[in-house]
Amino acid sequence: MAQLNINGRTHNVDVEPDTPLLWVIREHVGLTGTKFGCGVAQCGACSVHLNGEVVRSCSIPLSAVKAGDKITTIEGLSRDSSHPVQKAWAAIDVPQCGYCQSGQIMAAAALLAKKPKPTDKDIDEAMTNICRCGTYHRIRAAVHMAAGNTKVGSADATLSDKTTV
Amino acid sequence: MDMNNKILSELPKISRRKFLVGTAAAGGGLALGFSLPFGIAPAAAQSGAAAAEVNIWVVVQPDDTCVIRIARAEMGQGTLTGLAQLVAEELECDWKKVKTEQITAGQNLARKRAWGDMSTAGSRGIRTSQDYVRRGGAAARMMLMQAAANEWNVPVGDLTVANGMINHAGSGRKTSYGKVAAAAAKLTPPDPKAIKLKDAKDWKIAGKPLRRLDTADKLNGQKIYGIDLKMPDMLHATVKACPVFGGKLASYDESKVLGMPGVKRVIKVNDSTVAVVADTWWRAKKAIDALPIVWDEGPNAKVNSASIAEHLKSGLTGSDAFADIDTGDAPKAIAAAAKKIEAVYSVPFTSHTTMEPMNCTVKLSPDKSEIWIPTQNAEASLAALSSASGQPLDKCEVYKMDLGGGFGRRIGNQDVVRQGVAIAKAFPGQPVKMVWSREEDQAHDFYRPIAQCRLSAGVDENGNLAGLHLRVSGQSINAFANPAAIKDGKDRRQLQGLWPQPNDAQIGYTHANLRTEYAMRNTHLPVGPWRGVNTNQNGIFLECFMDEVARLANKDPLEFRRTLMSERPKHLGVLNAAAEKAGWGKPLPKGVHRGIAQFMGYGSYSAAVAEVSVSPKGEVKVHRCVFALDCGNVVNPDQVAAQIEGSVAYGMTALHSEISVDNGRVVETNFHNFRVMKIAEMPKVEVVLALTHDFWGGVGEPTICVVVPAILNAIHAATGKPVRSLPLSKQGLTLV
Repeated sequence: MAQLNINGRTHNVDVEPDTPLLWVIREHVGLTGTKFGCGVAQCGACSVHLNGEVVRSCSIPLSAVKAGDKITTIEGLSRDSSHPVQKAWAAIDVPQCGYCQSGQIMAAAALLAKKPKPTDKDIDEAMTNICRCGTYHRIRAAVHMAAGNTKVGSADATLSDKTTV
Repeated sequence: MDMNNKILSELPKISRRKFLVGTAAAGGGLALGFSLPFGIAPAAAQSGAAAAEVNIWVVVQPDDTCVIRIARAEMGQGTLTGLAQLVAEELECDWKKVKTEQITAGQNLARKRAWGDMSTAGSRGIRTSQDYVRRGGAAARMMLMQAAANEWNVPVGDLTVANGMINHAGSGRKTSYGKVAAAAAKLTPPDPKAIKLKDAKDWKIAGKPLRRLDTADKLNGQKIYGIDLKMPDMLHATVKACPVFGGKLASYDESKVLGMPGVKRVIKVNDSTVAVVADTWWRAKKAIDALPIVWDEGPNAKVNSASIAEHLKSGLTGSDAFADIDTGDAPKAIAAAAKKIEAVYSVPFTSHTTMEPMNCTVKLSPDKSEIWIPTQNAEASLAALSSASGQPLDKCEVYKMDLGGGFGRRIGNQDVVRQGVAIAKAFPGQPVKMVWSREEDQAHDFYRPIAQCRLSAGVDENGNLAGLHLRVSGQSINAFANPAAIKDGKDRRQLQGLWPQPNDAQIGYTHANLRTEYAMRNTHLPVGPWRGVNTNQNGIFLECFMDEVARLANKDPLEFRRTLMSERPKHLGVLNAAAEKAGWGKPLPKGVHRGIAQFMGYGSYSAAVAEVSVSPKGEVKVHRCVFALDCGNVVNPDQVAAQIEGSVAYGMTALHSEISVDNGRVVETNFHNFRVMKIAEMPKVEVVLALTHDFWGGVGEPTICVVVPAILNAIHAATGKPVRSLPLSKQGLTLV
C-alpha cells in the first residue's frame, strides 16, 4: 500500500510498485485529466508537477515516488481555472482537440514558476510537449500573456488580430 | 470505405430538402428533448422534460438556454462552434445562452437521418451543412415568433426579435424564447424553401472571431475523451497485431500471463491480432508485452523502403499509366524546346499519429450493442458495430466522443470498432475499453500514400513555358479502401489538385501543351486519407518543379506562375494576396530566403510564402509563413487562422519525418524515432482571408498542401539546390 499526496489530498493505492505514476493517477486515483500519449516520456501529455517540478508521469514508477512528495495534476492547478496560464489559454483559444493541453498547461505553469518573464528561447527550451493539432503558435502567445508580457487584445496576444479579412 | 458503402445502402436515403420538411414535422410532434443514454448527460437531457425541441436543430429551455444540436464530429477543428454560430445567427438567439449537444448515430437513424450526413472529413463539416443548419435556425426563429404572435393575437410581421427576446413595438409587450418554446414546438414548421437566409454582410454572430464553445473543459482536465471513460464493472484491453502487414498470428502462450495481476483473458481478436483483457489498462499492457507470441509474418516479411522505391520507380516509365489532362502534345513540345528540365520527386509514407491513441469502449448486451468511440463518422461506426456484433442497426448505438485528433485516421476504416467488438464478445453485458499503445498506433495506421513523380518541362528562348509533363507513380487509396470508386481502371483521386475540372481541386495553370498522368503502384501497407490527402504530395511535385522551371526560364517564380494563371482568377487571387502580404520582392535579412506556392483542394484556394534560412550545417529555420486562403465564406476567422496555424505544424512534421519500412514492418514506432515538430521549430504564421464570397470551400485541409512546397522552394532559394526527395532528415537537413 503506497500513500500519495495528489492535489493536497492523500490517496492510498494498492498497486504493483512498477506501475507508472500516470496509470496510478488515471486508473487508481481516477483523475483522467493527465493523458497517455506515448509511454516513453517523449510527448509530455502526461506532465504533472512533482514537488513543483514538471515531470512525465508515464515514465516514473510508483516506487520512485517518496512518501511526502507532493504531486499536482491539471485538476489541482487551480480550483476554478483561475491560474494565469489557464486564463491566458482561454483568452486566446489555445486548444484545438485539447488532448495534449493538460500537459502543455502544466509545463507552462512550471516554467512561469521558475521564470516569471520567460523569453522565446526559454519557452522553446521548456515547452517540449508535442501537439499534433499545431497549437504551438498560440501556446507561445499564451505563455507570454500569462507572464504579463502581453495583454488581452494586443496584437501579439490575439491571433485573430493578425488575420486580415 | 467498405463501411461507408454499407451505411449508404443500409440507411434510408433522404434528400436534403426532404429531410427538413419531414423532420420539422416530426419535431413538431415531439415537444420535448429526448433523454440520451450517455455516460455524460448533454444539456437538453439535463434540463428534463421542460426543454422544448422546436425543431431538430434547436431545443429551448425555460431559462432561455438555446441548445443547438451538432451532427458533425469535433476533433479540434472548431466545427462545433462554427455550426452553432450559423444556427444562432439565423435563430437570433443570445449567443451567451447557447449550449451544444451532439446527436448519436442511432438517433439519426431512428429519425430517418434527419440530421443528414454525420461524417466529418474532406473539410466538409461546415461547407456542406451550412445551408441546412442555417435554415434550421431560421425555421426555429420563425416558429418561436409565430408562437408569440399567436399568444398576443397580433400579426407576426409586427414583431421584432433580438438576442432571443421577442418584441411587439405596438403594445410594448416582450417575451423570451424560453417562454414561447413549448408553444412553438407544436406549430407547423415553415416550408424551408420559403426561408430567406440572411446575407453574410448582415451577420452578427457568424463571420465573427468568437471564442470557441468547447474550451473550458480542456483547461482543467474535466473533458472526457474516449480514453477517459469510466463505467461500472468496466474491463480494459489492449492489442497486438502482426507487425508485418499481411502476416498472421501463429500462436501465443497465454499460460505465461494469466497469472499476472489483474489479467482476465487472452483473446484471439482476428487472424492477425491478439488482445489481453485485465482490470486496468496498465496491467493489460504489461501482460501483452510479456505474452509470448509467434507471428507468421507471411509474404511481405522481406519488403523494405528500398524495394518499395524500386516498385514505384517502375511506374515512372511503365506503359500502364493513364493521362488525365492531355492538352496539345506536351512530350513533343518539350523535346523541341530551347531549354529542358527533368526531375524525379519522391514523398514517403507518413502516419496520422493522433495524440489520443486509438480506442473504444464496447458493451454488448442481449438486446443492444453500444460503443463509445472517438470517430469521424459515427454512422460508419454504427454500421461496423452492427456487422461485427450481429445486432441489427436499430439495436446498435454509437456515442460519439470528441476526438483527441482525427486527421483522417478515424473516418473510413472502422478497424477499431471490429477489434473492440471481438474482444467485448467474451464479456457479455460488461463494458470493455480497448486502448492501443502508441507503438500499436504507429505500426497499424492507414498511412498517407507513398508517391514518386517524374516531371519534365521545356521553355522557349523567351523564357515561356513550352510544355509540362507530369507523371505520378504511387499507391492508391481507393485501390486499398474503395476499389469501386476507380472507374475504367483510372484512379483520378491520386491526381487530386491537378484536376482540370473547377470547384474542388483544380490545377492552377493552363497551357497549350500539358499532360498529367498516374501509374498505380500499390504496396502491402494500408493507406488512407491523411489531412489534405493527395494534395500534399501533388502540391509538392507541381509547385517545387514550377520553381525549377522558373529558374530555367530566368524568371521570378511569382512572375512565372502568373503567366500561366490568366484563366484561373481565384488561384491567382490568393497567390497575389500572399505575395503582397509577405512583401514578395522586398529585401530580407541576410541569409533569409523566400519560397512561394499555390494549390487548390477541398473547394478552397491556398497560397503561401515561406521565409527560411539554412545554416552551413544544414539547419533549416522557418522564420515566417504567410498564407492567403479563399474559402469563399468564413464562419469564424479566428478558428480559420487556427486551422492554418495547425496545418503548418502538421505539414512541417511530414516535411521532416517519415514512415519507413524494414522487414515488412513500420520502423518509426514512437516519438523517439518519429520526430514530431515542437514549439521551437514553429514559425510565425500570418493569414490573409482573401474571400470572394460566391462559394463555400473547406478550411481544415486546403492550406497544408502549400506549406511544404513553399518551404522547399525557400530552401532551394537559400541553397541553390532543389530538394526533390523527402524527408528532409534524409537529405542532410534538419528543422531547428
